[in-house]
Amino acid sequence: MRARLALIAANTFREAVRDRVLYNLVFFALLMVAAAPLFGVISIGVEKIFMVNLGLAAIVLFGVVIAIFVGTGLVSKEIEKRTLYTVLARPVARWEFILGKYLGLAATLAVNTSCMAAGFFVAVAYVSVGLHAADVNLLVALYLIGLQLLVMTALAILFSSFSTPIFSAAFSFAMFVIGNFVEDMRGFAAMSGGPEGWLVRGLSYLVPNLGAMNVAAQVAHGQPVPGALILADTANALFYAVAALAAAVLIFERRDLK
Amino acid sequence: MAVIEIQNLRKTYKTGFWRKTEKEGLKGISFEVREGEVFGCLGPNGAGKTTTLKILMGLIFPSGGTARILGMDIHDPRVKQQIGFLPEQPYLYDYLTPLELLEYYAGLSGVPARERRKRSEAALARAGMSEAANMPMRKCSKGMLQRVGIAQAIVHDPKVVFLDEPMSGLDPIGRREVRELIQSLHDEGKTVFFSTHILTDAEAICDRVAVLDRGELKGVDVVADLLSKARGKVEITWQGQPKIESIRAMSLDYHATGESVRAVVKEADTDRVVDAVRQAGARLVSVTPVHGALEEYFLAKVDAPKKEAEE
Repeated sequence: MRARLALIAANTFREAVRDRVLYNLVFFALLMVAAAPLFGVISIGVEKIFMVNLGLAAIVLFGVVIAIFVGTGLVSKEIEKRTLYTVLARPVARWEFILGKYLGLAATLAVNTSCMAAGFFVAVAYVSVGLHAADVNLLVALYLIGLQLLVMTALAILFSSFSTPIFSAAFSFAMFVIGNFVEDMRGFAAMSGGPEGWLVRGLSYLVPNLGAMNVAAQVAHGQPVPGALILADTANALFYAVAALAAAVLIFERRDLK
Repeated sequence: MAVIEIQNLRKTYKTGFWRKTEKEGLKGISFEVREGEVFGCLGPNGAGKTTTLKILMGLIFPSGGTARILGMDIHDPRVKQQIGFLPEQPYLYDYLTPLELLEYYAGLSGVPARERRKRSEAALARAGMSEAANMPMRKCSKGMLQRVGIAQAIVHDPKVVFLDEPMSGLDPIGRREVRELIQSLHDEGKTVFFSTHILTDAEAICDRVAVLDRGELKGVDVVADLLSKARGKVEITWQGQPKIESIRAMSLDYHATGESVRAVVKEADTDRVVDAVRQAGARLVSVTPVHGALEEYFLAKVDAPKKEAEE
């Protein structure tokens, strides 16, 4: 079982690595990070804050774009192109296929994010003349971005297990946007009360709280990220990723491949 | 021993926007495929051949009935290690080379890592793809893809091989090579189940055939029996005399186009017909035994219900 998962994951990684679109995205992300010090010059005295905010935003944005565009194509493209037939006619369970694909894309995102993070640290070191102890918080911010990408990848795969790539991408983007406003939804629910308040509060728990995983503003000002938040975000991300993958498997297990 | 057992297999598709209209893809078919035989599944487009294969491969789920391979339920993971499958017009990962693809599939089928390269190269050689083993798949022609598709179906040395339209997209030489490959699988004792609508291919290599039409099984028969039934007919062609009444009278089929004539007669009448052609001063072109057995059988099975309905 593990061997098959590793093979599917490795093949997914190979597919992503051989896709030129991916290189274009990483190139643009690095370009944005590299351009950040130039923007910093405009805002005197806040170069580093600007740099960190823009750099982390670029990493999360491009990471999410890759997660959604590659993730939504992972399953639906295989069904559409019928490449799946020759895989599932082998001793490969459908859940192994879904999980293997997920792990492969997660590995791809880990490598991409690491590349972008390396460029980001070079830019930070350039702006603040070397790295400082407080910059360890940047690693925490990057870890939380990684969690967001894990959740988004799982959601993209979930949507692609029953929908077309375009709709899957649209659903995934919607979830990303809503996920960044979960705190606002809960605030609104607390203020309004009544049935609509309960409804909004209920909905806010259906989507992952991605906003809580965005600590760019804090780390840009050199503030540490509380350990409790890191733990809560980790649990939150794992819960949603596992739930989305489980739902994807449930749907995919029963699906006729036409 | 029956390697494939299909009992009252049904498949119903729900169609339309609200998915309320039902369309029957398979209407309760039953047959068996014996160990070591080459079994052809024949039928026009939409007959249910691919649906049957997809159910056997676990790609779609039956609405009723049962299907077993090697005595096990089709969804038993152990079955999948013993079978190879070539889908119709195989779509393979175009970012890989044929060798990479086969190594990947060999791994998924449980071939140990140290043997994957050797087995993949051997399968590609068997399918006539050795020289293009490292060519990117996106640069392969349709025929080359079909060969890679066949290679991936046999890379793990399965006991039962399922081929959906294996000759599709191949030129005459390629078709002959695939026929030889199927024959060699047969010689090794493997069971081959393949679907086709090219009757000459089926006639050349199948032990038995099943005819499907619009989701119904119309018949299962031994090809050798069908061929023996057809023996005794000869096709004679000549030029120069379109109307030789003595021949027309004894012909089973007589067709003249301009100066050329084609007549099908009983084998026993061959000498008399040839003599009549010569006496009439016509030029004898050919005398050929008729091999239309499977075609006749197929058309009888597929057309008969239509004719009955019309009547």
